[in-house]
Amino acid sequence: MDMIKTVEEGFRREVPAFNIGDTVRVFMKVIEGDKERIQPFEGLVIARKNGGIRETVTVRKISFGVGVEKIFPLHSPFVESIKVIRQGRVRQAKLYYIRDKKGKEAKIKEKQFAKR
Amino acid sequence: MTGILGRKLGMSQIFSEDGRLIPVTVVEAAPGVVIEVKTLEKHGYEAIKVGFFEERKPRRVNKPEKGVFEKAGIKALYRKMKEYPMSGLQVGETVTVEKFAKGDKVSVSGTSKGKGFQGVMKRHNYAGGPSGHGSMFNRAPGSIGASSFPSRVWKGKTLPGHMGSERVTTRNVEIAGVKAEQNLILLRGSVPGATGSIVEIRKVD
Repeated sequence: MDMIKTVEEGFRREVPAFNIGDTVRVFMKVIEGDKERIQPFEGLVIARKNGGIRETVTVRKISFGVGVEKIFPLHSPFVESIKVIRQGRVRQAKLYYIRDKKGKEAKIKEKQFAKR
Repeated sequence: MTGILGRKLGMSQIFSEDGRLIPVTVVEAAPGVVIEVKTLEKHGYEAIKVGFFEERKPRRVNKPEKGVFEKAGIKALYRKMKEYPMSGLQVGETVTVEKFAKGDKVSVSGTSKGKGFQGVMKRHNYAGGPSGHGSMFNRAPGSIGASSFPSRVWKGKTLPGHMGSERVTTRNVEIAGVKAEQNLILLRGSVPGATGSIVEIRKVD
């Protein structure tokens, strides 16, 4: 297993710290023909899966009234950068229940930090 | 032909230069040492005999085998020995993963995972019968031949039995990368065998 890790480490990329329930904006490289551009995708992090270089993140957003989910391999070179927009307070590690919720029920409360 | 034996460590993934994800099987292949060189004059064909996996206890090696190592003047006792029709190597030289390069197409052989005693649906891809509507013909093989002629079952008729634990070769496997300092070979996709089992990687030069 350790030998496999040495293979994976070479491909590791810097990923900002974010959690389930956060709203993030993922900047994805898109290649169209011979042109390359950056496409942002903003939404709620509903799952993080696998470990090491195989880690993926599932981001969900409502686009024109339709729920859209994208799964990004976190260490893929196509993922240009990830920006945390808002931190959410959640109790579950996977927010699949949000798919069945609408309106106010689908809202995630913002994380409150104790004032000092 | 170049060949090397290695141990399958498991699967992972890497990214190619253009960013694509490549599933890989990681194989650790320690250098093999040439034990004997077979020549046209003496043996009638050209080949080299290579020893792999230097991990045997002396009391586990029988005398004829010990003689092979003594004749070559090699201290280590190898678990596996293989012959490959290569030339240009001398006794004591090594066969390393550096013989393989990224992009090479190789054949990979291993002992497949044992499946135990399996029925015809899993073992021979029979269709089976319907599972519902009162059907009582679910996973049975059905008729296995005709009646008065031939009054026996044809040889080679596919029936239930032991499946797996046999040598399987996957051909045209691409080498996704070689890490010489760690003796690792990355093979694109899956290869036969369980994690930790021995696989053979061969390349036609």
